[in-house]
Amino acid sequence: MHWKTKEKVVENVLFIFALSSIIFLTGIVIVLFREGLPIFGKVGILEFIFGPEWYPTYDPPGYGILPLIMGSFVVSVGAMILSVPFGVASAIFISYILPKNLKKVVKPVVELLAGVPSVVYGLFGMKILGPFIAKVFGLPTGLTGLTAAIMLGIMALPTIISIAEDAITSVPKSFRDASLALGATRWETIRNVIVPTASSGIVTGIILGMGRAIGETMTVLMVAGGAAIIPEMPSLAKPLAPLLDPLRPMTSTIAAEMGETAVGSPHYHSLFGIAIILFVITLFFNIIADVLSQRFKEKVSGE
Amino acid sequence: MMENETKTIEIKDLDFYYGDFQALENVTFDIPENKVTALIGPSGCGKSTFLRTINRMNDLIDGTRVDGDVIVEGDDIYKDEIDVVELRKEVGMVFQEPNPFPKSIYDNIAYGPRAHGITDTEKLDEIVENSLKHAALWDEVDDRLDQSAIGISGGQQQRLCIARALAVDPDILLMDEPTSALDPVATAKIEDLIDDLKEEYTIVIVTHSMQQAARISDYTAFFLMGEVIEHGPTQKIFEKPENQKTEDYITGRFG
Repeated sequence: MHWKTKEKVVENVLFIFALSSIIFLTGIVIVLFREGLPIFGKVGILEFIFGPEWYPTYDPPGYGILPLIMGSFVVSVGAMILSVPFGVASAIFISYILPKNLKKVVKPVVELLAGVPSVVYGLFGMKILGPFIAKVFGLPTGLTGLTAAIMLGIMALPTIISIAEDAITSVPKSFRDASLALGATRWETIRNVIVPTASSGIVTGIILGMGRAIGETMTVLMVAGGAAIIPEMPSLAKPLAPLLDPLRPMTSTIAAEMGETAVGSPHYHSLFGIAIILFVITLFFNIIADVLSQRFKEKVSGE
Repeated sequence: MMENETKTIEIKDLDFYYGDFQALENVTFDIPENKVTALIGPSGCGKSTFLRTINRMNDLIDGTRVDGDVIVEGDDIYKDEIDVVELRKEVGMVFQEPNPFPKSIYDNIAYGPRAHGITDTEKLDEIVENSLKHAALWDEVDDRLDQSAIGISGGQQQRLCIARALAVDPDILLMDEPTSALDPVATAKIEDLIDDLKEEYTIVIVTHSMQQAARISDYTAFFLMGEVIEHGPTQKIFEKPENQKTEDYITGRFG
């Protein structure tokens, strides 16, 4: 075959592969909306999102997913409260304090943690962390929002650390030198120059970590307890109140109930409805993360 | 040759190593107060390394080692009890590439004073204005102090970096090829500025350009392979060098 024909063939094959992945993704989104939108028509979109009762198999059924949204929200925020300080501190430590040869070992190991199957984290949360939490807080069950939040926080750490560390490391060394040459200490340099310059990159890592926490299914299904109730409001006396009950986030609801629904039933459509909400939320997070990382690049390169 | 000058920096038998590689060997000479001393020599001759020993910026590189004495205003700066933060307050530095922080012009200048504990707004305003005037930049930026320093031209950025160094009120200013990234007009402005600044500051400047060394410096040290081959008044170095290697370099026979 002539080399030009060969080039043409390779080009077309790659084009077909690229196109088909786009078609598959579009197809998934179309199915998601086709199967999910009917429930909005049936109960009304606002009632669906803000309805306080999730009783899809009762008579009359309740299709309000507010408890599930709140469950996801509480667990994710709890996870972030735990993982952001640890993640950012670790990123600073790895990029600025750890000697180079150790960094070469530590960074890949941290990133490797992202590859541990979530069911393994779930098992740990279920059998070790859960009973521990039940004992510490004197609860009837250790499968609570707090257990899920801690496990999700740990699972979000590799994402946060890895992306934040990249952002911190990509702050030009010349900024560090300039700061130190002015007589600032290393800590002042990190706090006043490095972290602010890397801030949008750090926030990108946090948001992607949060996206992972919201979308995570297996672990929360195993450790969150699975009760579709709106979490208790926190108060000064009981700041951890919303986390100490069993919760049921959106993802575990879909995973737990999809097997028991009749195709085409309102329950079936409502699970797809939840998926739409989840899809929109994670899409939103990813767009924000993208915009911020773009801004970070502009800031560092000065364009 | 410098009997009537005050010595600000004395260097005695200075050796410097990157790991096993010896970058400076037996460097000994004095740098006088309120004069411009130029360090010239071919790439890799150790002139930038030497400059960075004066404010201990080489400390940031792993595996470096210093032997000998660097005495700044009477203190041996490689003694254990020396506070590097205090040293760098007295010895400012301007880098090869303009490196303003991605902050406003005002915050760039105020960065050093703030790091040294000045929080009073009026005082900071005053320092910012004076430093920018000193660096001949005030008239160009006085109406946009709150704008990002990344948005001004390269030449302005470099004068901003000089102003930022001046804001902590140093006695000595180290400049590492400060005009190598700039066009001729911006270079001329910086050279004029250096001429004004030597009234108040001791300036040590590394330069690749021999014309620049000849134009702006009072003293010149010629570095080659980590050694100071010749050191003396600039005019003498350029017109009647004692060492054949100096003459070869200056007349462009190598380098």
